Parts: sequence; C-alpha cells; structure tokens
Amino acid sequence: MSEFKQTFNSSLGKKLIMALTGLFLCTFLIVHVGGNLLLFNNDNGFSFNVYANFLTHFPPIEVIAYLLYLSILVHALYGLILTVKNRKARPVGYAVATKSDASWSSKNMGLLGSILFLFIVIHMGDFWYRYHNDKNMGFKEYRTDLATGVTTVADYTPANAEFSHSVATENNVEIVRVKDLHTRVATSFSNIIYVLFYVIAMGAVAFHLLHGFQSAFRTLGWVHRKYTPIVYFIGTWLFAVIIPLAFAAMPVYYYYLSTQGAH
Amino acid sequence: MSNGNMNLTLKVWRQKNAQTAGKFVSYKAENISPDMSFLEMLDVVNESLTHKGDEPINFDHDCREGICGMCSLYINGHPHGPKRGVTTCQLHMRTFHDGETITIEPWRAEAFPIVKDLAVDRSAFDRIQQAGGYVSVNTGGVPDGNAIPIPKVIADEAFNSATCIGCGACVAACKNASAMLFVSAKITQLGLLPQGQPERYRRVQSMVAQMDEEGFGNCTNTGACEAECPKEIKLTNIARMNNDYFSAKLFRQEEIHEQNH
Amino acid sequence: MTLDAKIPQGPLAEKWSKHKFDLKLVNPANKRKYDIIVVGTGLAGASAAATLGELGYNVKAYCFQDSPRRAHSIAAQGGINAAKNYQNDGDSVFRLFYDTIKGGDYRAREANVYRLAEVSVNIIDQCVAQGVPFAREYGGLLDNRSFGGSQVSRTFYARGQTGQQLLLGAYSALNRQIHAGKVKMYTRHEMLDVVTIDGHAKGIVTRNMLTGAIDTHAAHAVLLCTGGYSNVFYLSTNAIGSNVTAAWRAHKRGALFANPCYTQIHPTCIPVTGDHQSKLTLMSESLRNDGRVWAPKTAAIAEQLRKGTLKADQVKEDDRDYFLERKYPAFGNLVPRDVASRNAKEMVEEGKGVGGSGFAVFLDFADAIKRLGEETVAAKYGNLFDMYYQITNENPYKQPMRIYPAVHYTMGGLWVDYNLSTTIPGLYALGECNFSDHGANRLGASALMQGLSDGYFVIPYTLGDYLAKIGPKKVDTSHPAFEQTKQDVIAHVNKLLALKGNKTVNEYHRELGHIIWEYCGMARTDAGLRKAKGLIQALKADFWKNAIVTGENEEVNASLERAGRVADFIELGELMIDDALMRKESCGGHFRVESQTADGEALRDDENFAFVAAWEFKGENQPEELHKEPLTFEAVHLSQRNYA
Repeated sequence: MSEFKQTFNSSLGKKLIMALTGLFLCTFLIVHVGGNLLLFNNDNGFSFNVYANFLTHFPPIEVIAYLLYLSILVHALYGLILTVKNRKARPVGYAVATKSDASWSSKNMGLLGSILFLFIVIHMGDFWYRYHNDKNMGFKEYRTDLATGVTTVADYTPANAEFSHSVATENNVEIVRVKDLHTRVATSFSNIIYVLFYVIAMGAVAFHLLHGFQSAFRTLGWVHRKYTPIVYFIGTWLFAVIIPLAFAAMPVYYYYLSTQGAH
Repeated sequence: MSNGNMNLTLKVWRQKNAQTAGKFVSYKAENISPDMSFLEMLDVVNESLTHKGDEPINFDHDCREGICGMCSLYINGHPHGPKRGVTTCQLHMRTFHDGETITIEPWRAEAFPIVKDLAVDRSAFDRIQQAGGYVSVNTGGVPDGNAIPIPKVIADEAFNSATCIGCGACVAACKNASAMLFVSAKITQLGLLPQGQPERYRRVQSMVAQMDEEGFGNCTNTGACEAECPKEIKLTNIARMNNDYFSAKLFRQEEIHEQNH
Repeated sequence: MTLDAKIPQGPLAEKWSKHKFDLKLVNPANKRKYDIIVVGTGLAGASAAATLGELGYNVKAYCFQDSPRRAHSIAAQGGINAAKNYQNDGDSVFRLFYDTIKGGDYRAREANVYRLAEVSVNIIDQCVAQGVPFAREYGGLLDNRSFGGSQVSRTFYARGQTGQQLLLGAYSALNRQIHAGKVKMYTRHEMLDVVTIDGHAKGIVTRNMLTGAIDTHAAHAVLLCTGGYSNVFYLSTNAIGSNVTAAWRAHKRGALFANPCYTQIHPTCIPVTGDHQSKLTLMSESLRNDGRVWAPKTAAIAEQLRKGTLKADQVKEDDRDYFLERKYPAFGNLVPRDVASRNAKEMVEEGKGVGGSGFAVFLDFADAIKRLGEETVAAKYGNLFDMYYQITNENPYKQPMRIYPAVHYTMGGLWVDYNLSTTIPGLYALGECNFSDHGANRLGASALMQGLSDGYFVIPYTLGDYLAKIGPKKVDTSHPAFEQTKQDVIAHVNKLLALKGNKTVNEYHRELGHIIWEYCGMARTDAGLRKAKGLIQALKADFWKNAIVTGENEEVNASLERAGRVADFIELGELMIDDALMRKESCGGHFRVESQTADGEALRDDENFAFVAAWEFKGENQPEELHKEPLTFEAVHLSQRNYA
C-alpha cells in the first residue's frame, strides 16, 4: 500500500490523477450534453424532466454521480496542489515574460480550471441542489394519449411532501408526474447575466479541454505516431468545439425563447 | 578587421552570489559586429568593464559551438535567445537590430540556485543522472558490438533523445520549471535500446524520485521546453517516461532495491 | 636523467598481453585501501575514474566545468576508429597500427600505437554495451565510414556528434560509480598544483571556483586527463576553458613535457571575422571530397573580393587558381591536412586571401552541385552547410564557402612511459594530455580512440602495478609537503590578484596567440622562431607588470581563472618555440621551411631526429633541458610522404 501512496505522491503520480479524473469528466460531458440536448425538444420539458428524474433515481447512475463529484473535487484539489508546487519551483520569476511557443490554453489551465470550478459550484447549486432540496420546486403532470401520441401538460401538486415521481396508465393514457426542472432551467436562462456567465464558462471549457484532453493522453504516456493525431482531432473538434457549443447554445436558445414570450 | 556598427543597451542581472540580492544593471554595448556571437558581444562588454576596473559579467560558457551545454542565458524572454534550435553561443548578433534593448536574465528555478550574475548551479541534473541514467555494465566482459542487432529506426530515435546537452533550457522555458524533458530524454534513450532493457523500470523510478527531490515543477505539457530546446528534443520523450513509470509502479512486480552506499 | 619507456620485450603483437601478465595485481580486498585522484572528466578521465571505481579503488575526480559531462571531448564530430574489420575490407589491428604510425610521420612509439590498435576493438563493444547510439545499417549492425589517411572503412560514428555520445557513455559509467559511492566528484574545481613527497606524486592542490577555497587532496596516485593545449594559439577549435595549467604545473614539479611543437592544424574551419572572435569552428574535412579549393589569381581581384565590390561567383574561371589541384595533380583537393593548410596560408601571404579579413580561401561546391544536383550535395553535407550558414549568414549553395585552417589538436604533452606514467612516479597522464600515440600528426577519428583506450583498458592494469609496489599505507594531507605546496599556490594566486595594470588578460592571450600562430603555426623558420622567443619573453615580462586581474579570490572570479591559465600558456609558448627551434627537420604538423623536398613537402631527418624530445623544467626563467628518447622501428619501414 505504501508503494501506491508513494506513487501517487510523486510528481508523475499526481499528474496521473489529474489525467484520469480529467478524462473521466470528459466522458461525463458527452453523457451530459447528450441528455441535455433534450432541452431542445419542444415538448414543454417532458423528455428533459423524465431524463432528470431518471438520472437521480437510477442507482448505478447515482453511484457514478458520486464518483463524478469526487472526481471534480480531486481534480480541482490536485490542480491546486500542483499549481502551488509549480509556483514554488520558480520562486523568482522573469522580468521579461516568457515568449516561448506554447498555446495560451496550456499556460492557463489553472485560470481556466478556476473559472470552471466556480461555474460548477453555481451550476450545481442552481440545478442539482435545488432539484434535490428545494421544497418549492414544482411538479408537472404529462398525460400522453397512447392512441394519438398527443401529450398535454399541467402543473401538479403532490399529495404529500415525500412524493418524487409516478408513472401510471389509465384508459390508454399514460400519466407521468415528475419534478419540473425544466421550468427552473427556463427561468434561469431568461436572465441575460446568467446566460453570459454560462457562455463564458463554456468558453473556458473549450480552452480547458483543447489542451486538457490531449494532455491527459500524454500524461498517461499514450502517445503514438498513428493514434495521437486522432486524439488531437477528438480533443479539438469534439471537446473544444462541438460540446462547448452545444452547451452554450442551451442558455442562448432559452434566452431567445424568453424574449419571444413563448414561455 | 573592423568592429561593427551596432549599438545596444543591455539590461543584465547582476548578483554576487546566492546569498545576496541581485538587480538589473544597464550597460551599453557599442560597436558590435553582427557577425559576433552573443557571448562574444558579452566578451566585448566585459573587456571594457575590466579596463574600467569593474567586475566583468559572470556567465557560464565553454565550447562555444553548441554542444557542451554550459552556456545558458534567458534573453528577451527566451532561453538561449529568440532563434530556434541554437544555444546562446551559436546565436549571432545579426538576430538583433541596432539600438535594441536586450534583457539578459539567469535561468530561474528553485532547483537552479544562482552562482553569480548569470551563472546558475545545475548540479541537480547530475544528481538525477547519477540516480540511474546508465546501463550497469563494468568495463570489459561485454558482448561484441554487433552481437545484438538494433533496428536503424530504433537506434536513430535513441540518438535523437541522446543529443540532449543538459543545458537546462527546458527548465528555464517551462512555466513550472519542470525538468521532465531532460529526465525523459535519458530514460527514452536507454529505454529504446536493448542494452537498457534490464534496468528500464528500475531506472525510471530512481530518476523520477531524484527529480522530485530536487524541487523541479510538474509537467503540464505546454510544450515550451520542446520549442526552446536547442537540440529539439521532442515532447514525446515525456510521454514515454510516463508510460514506463506507470508500468513500473502499477503493473511490474519487482521491487527496486537501492544499492548500498 | 635517462628516459626509460619501459617497453616490454618480445614480439610487437605480444607485448601488451605479456605485459599485462607481468604486471603486479592489487588484491580485490586491498583495492578499497587505495585512493586515486583523477583530474579532468573527458573521455580519458571519465573512463578511467569509472573503471577504477568499478575495480574497487576510491576515486576522487575533478573538473573545472559545472558538470563532468561538459569536458571538451564532447565536441568531437567525426568518429572513432577501431580495427573491427566489420566491413570485410582488409582491416586488421596491424593495419590500424601501421596507418597510425605512418600518419604520425614515424615519430610515435611502435609499442604504444600497437596497443592502441589492439584495444580499439574493445572500446566499441564497451560503448555499445553502455547504450551509445552508434549509427546503424538497416540490418541492425554497426555502420562505418571512411576517414582520411586510411584505405579501409573503420570509423564508427554517431551522426556528427560521436564525441558527445562517447563522452555521455563514459559520463554515465562515472555517474554509476558516483552513485555507488566509489567516485567522489568535485566539479568547478581547478587543479593548480601537484604535491610530491620523496619524488612521488601524492596529491593535488585545487581552487574551488565557487568559493575560492584552496584545498589539498591526498591519494596514492594522481591521473592527469586534462586534454591538450591548442588554446595557446588563443584561437582554436578547443573550448574556451581548455587549458594547459594542470599539465604545466606538473611539468614545473618535475614531469617532462614531450614534443610541445607537435600541433595539428585543420584546414577546413570557418574563418575569423574580426578581433572579437573567441573561437573557431571546425567543419568536417569530408567537405574536400566534393569541394574545390581556390583563390583568385591576382591580388587585385582578391582586393575587390575583400571590399565586396566583386562577388565570388562573378570571378571568371580564368581568374581562379585551384591551387591544390594545380600543385598536387594526383591528390588534388584531398592532400593531407597539413599540406592543404600550408597552401592556404601561402595564398593569404601572397595577398590573395578573401573574405572581410583577407584570411580565407574559397571552398567551392558549384561544380559538385552542377554534377550531382543540389539535393545530393545537401544529403551529403546538409548539416555542415547549415552550420556554415548559421555562423556566416552566407548561403554555401550559392556562394563558395570561405575556409581557413585552425588549430585543433596537440600531439605533444606530458612524457609518459608505456604504463602512462610521467617522470614523476605516481603521476600519470592520459589522453590528449600525454604525448604518446600520435607522433607528429594525428589521424582523424583517433583522438577519441586514444582517450578511451587509456582510460578503460590501459590505466586499470598499469596503475595496479604501481599501487601494488608502493603498498596501501594511508596517505593524508598531514605531510608538510601539502601545506608547502598549498602556500605556493596561494602565493601564485595572490601575485595574479595583485596585477592592476592596464591590459586585460584576454589581450595578452590574443597577442600570445598571434605570435605562436605566426611563427610556430603552419610553417616555422629558424629566424622566425628566434624572433618569437624574444617576443614571448617580452610578453611574459609585460604580463607580470601590466595585466589587469579584477576581483578577489574568495568568490567566483573568471578573471583570476583566466589569468592563471594565460600565464601558463605564455610559459608553454616559449617551450614550444624552443622545441620547434631544436627540431630542424619537418615532420607531420611540424613544418620547418628549411627542411623540405624539391616539391615543397615536409622532409624528415630520421638520422638526427628520430627521437622524442622531452623537456625538463630547470627553474623560473631558466632554459629547459632536453632529454631524448630514441625511437626505434622494427615492424615498419620509414618512408617519405609524397602526394604530388
């Protein structure tokens, strides 16, 4: 056991932890963006609310979720430890700032990471925490006529405070009652400050992953003449362009809807 | 043989030794020829300082042909100056223009304490090499040089890593003052060659441990080291080192037994 | 004093084996009772220190650089010879021996050279085992290239950085012993004297270049592996720090100095651009395979070229003098180094030199590019062309290169016997520091071979014999000789520090270089040498009156370091002149204008000068005494070189 301790206390071991947690968070992003695309479903939040309910009530996902929270904390903590250690490695700086060829993002991972950490705290406080703890968060009842496939929606007030969700079929009509996270999303994203903050944060995600994704592979030692270009491609296009854009589109879209008065 | 016509202002870090505080001092470098190397320009300045009875600027240098690794200098924000793939001794004054102000600083790193002015103590590098940067063979009793064929591509790649001159520009360039390019170059060279296999996993562990002990920072893969390395050692060396290190630490069964001192 | 080279009896090919058997051994358990000092960590020093550490001795190693890896062996480009005969082209130990003896113009010891050729094969094996990445062929086997002075391919190489790779190999072996605690490494320490007790070397005095501390170190034997003295010329291809101080101070304590006038001048270096120049850069002589050497036919055209009103490629074919091809139709541009160098010097003296300074001739690739295409030329010489471009800012694909000879190796050095022992028992000299293996001229790719041969394979045997004889009785610095020598060193340092004149040490060094280059360089005459002797004596007197040494001892003080080295170079310079004056023949790198053939070639005088000239120091400002070690040749027949 002490050998593992020694390994993870070494410079390379700490980097390994950064890389593994980082890559795990990257995979989460794929799932997260995939699910959230449901926000673009014009169904009064039916699929999105069901999805949110599923994520919070399916035990394996709950386990993974806690792993995820742990990863975020460990990634941030080790990032902090490494940054402090790196600063100590050069106690006296240069008078002329370095002009060495290195990408902006690679030199500012700490700054980008700090923005992201702040974002995650606010983001989770706003959605995750409220979803779990806010007694005032409303419920929606979705009635789908199984014959026609038409869904109607209405507010729902649970009979007791313990209610979380229910699914039932009556007279060929499926009735789904779930917590209404969707309205919360729509409300939040009607605030321009909030939307701007999200968009900036997604910019940080883009730059953080532009360097971070491929860097994690380097740290793990997975560099190969044939495969590394693929890693770069995925890191750039998927993680630094597509995913951040998709995420950023959500607040923008909802803000746009709010200005149109559709909600 | 005439001198040149460039006039420059130098801002040079002067520091008597590691215990005293240092500061920038400005000097005029006059009648500089564009054909001079950067160090020859400093020679000219030093000659005039000596004539005035002042202390010449102290800097490390020796071979002046880019191979010994003794020269250093952080010039205008670049280790070994703005030109790629050369050491300071190979940097010529034609790279600069008349009237320019040049700021010259020593390598900055906790693990490289200042010796005097622009010279730093790089013995940390030696200690890392001593920790395991070798193949443990005694003189004599080795097989014939051709006994083990080595594919040309492997030999060439090992050579590319072996060209490291140990100057420390990688540490100077890295925003974290990390020595990983230096350390990984030796690990890669010996890790690629069949002769280095028996100690491959032991070597990476001892060298990394020593590197950590010296107080260098951690690699964040910015690639500044690769960009500034006068011998253009590749960042992939670091990945190879990581790979060997994790294999050694997480998957190999053998323990490393340190030699008795 | 009679010089006993201690060459073993018996047939040439069996001498070394027999000698190894005859040498006394130190019992393995006793080895740790012996302390050994190794000064210098180049190929000879690092390999010796590592090997002696492996054997179990306690080694203390010293270098003036900040790391043992920076010794100037690192700058050797071309390669290392070994009689492996991997190419099946007729090489053998005897052929390597023969080529080396002949290349040295019959002024080296047969027995030493044969041993060198014999152990050359072990060196390659050793280096490969250390992980030295030699060039290989696609089949995975070691590649060879051919080099000047031989008709076989026996040169092993690692791109253009063979010296670096071999030194890093030796450095790694040294590091292993440092880690094991068998070698204690002292970096940034300069050796300033040898301590002798009852005529035996028992230690050294060093100056710590960081603190100025002057310390004594004791040992059962001292090995000097401190390289050559090319920097006596001020400009050479040596590193700035390369110096003769360790060897010279040993000389002043009684070690004879042999053949100081044997220096080698390399024809294809990048010319000097001005007084600011601090060193010269060599380009591989392989360039002469395809480049054509020329100078303008008249001084008038040369003048235009120097002023820049005419460009080299605009000079008409009729106005060019391909002087090597003209004078040596058989060998053309491929004449040996000394011949090519001397002819370039002649051109310059006739006013036909080119380049801003006028100290250069052209090496033209226009024909080669026309014949082979730029691509082929680039593939062969690309890295050299790049290097040239980087230094001169001229494109050698478009304009001919400018070249001029430069000093880059000194064959002379401390006199040693077959065991590498100097005339002070217990004091050994290895590598370029000694005089032993190259005679009057060294062949390409042989310097690395000698350094490693001495360090890995010779000294570990011969040193044991001496140690076994003197016994393991502890040596320490309590003997008054240590304090006495230390006081001498302190006095010398203080004398230097007291110099507060008006001329920098560098200016003296440059002046010394001019004198030596002019009168004891490529061509030497009786009158010139006599004049030089006077000039050097005057320079020495002036130095001790008017030099400026700044700062104090108790700090990092490059000015002081430099002053001590230059003071020693000035003294050595005078001895070189004496040696060159004495040797009235021409041989190898030593060309006496009075002794040449009708074709202007070096003419040896075997009857009167087939000896090693070993000089004994007789006191400050006293003439040195010459001792002769006769050279006898049994295996080779002495012949006159002819390249016309």
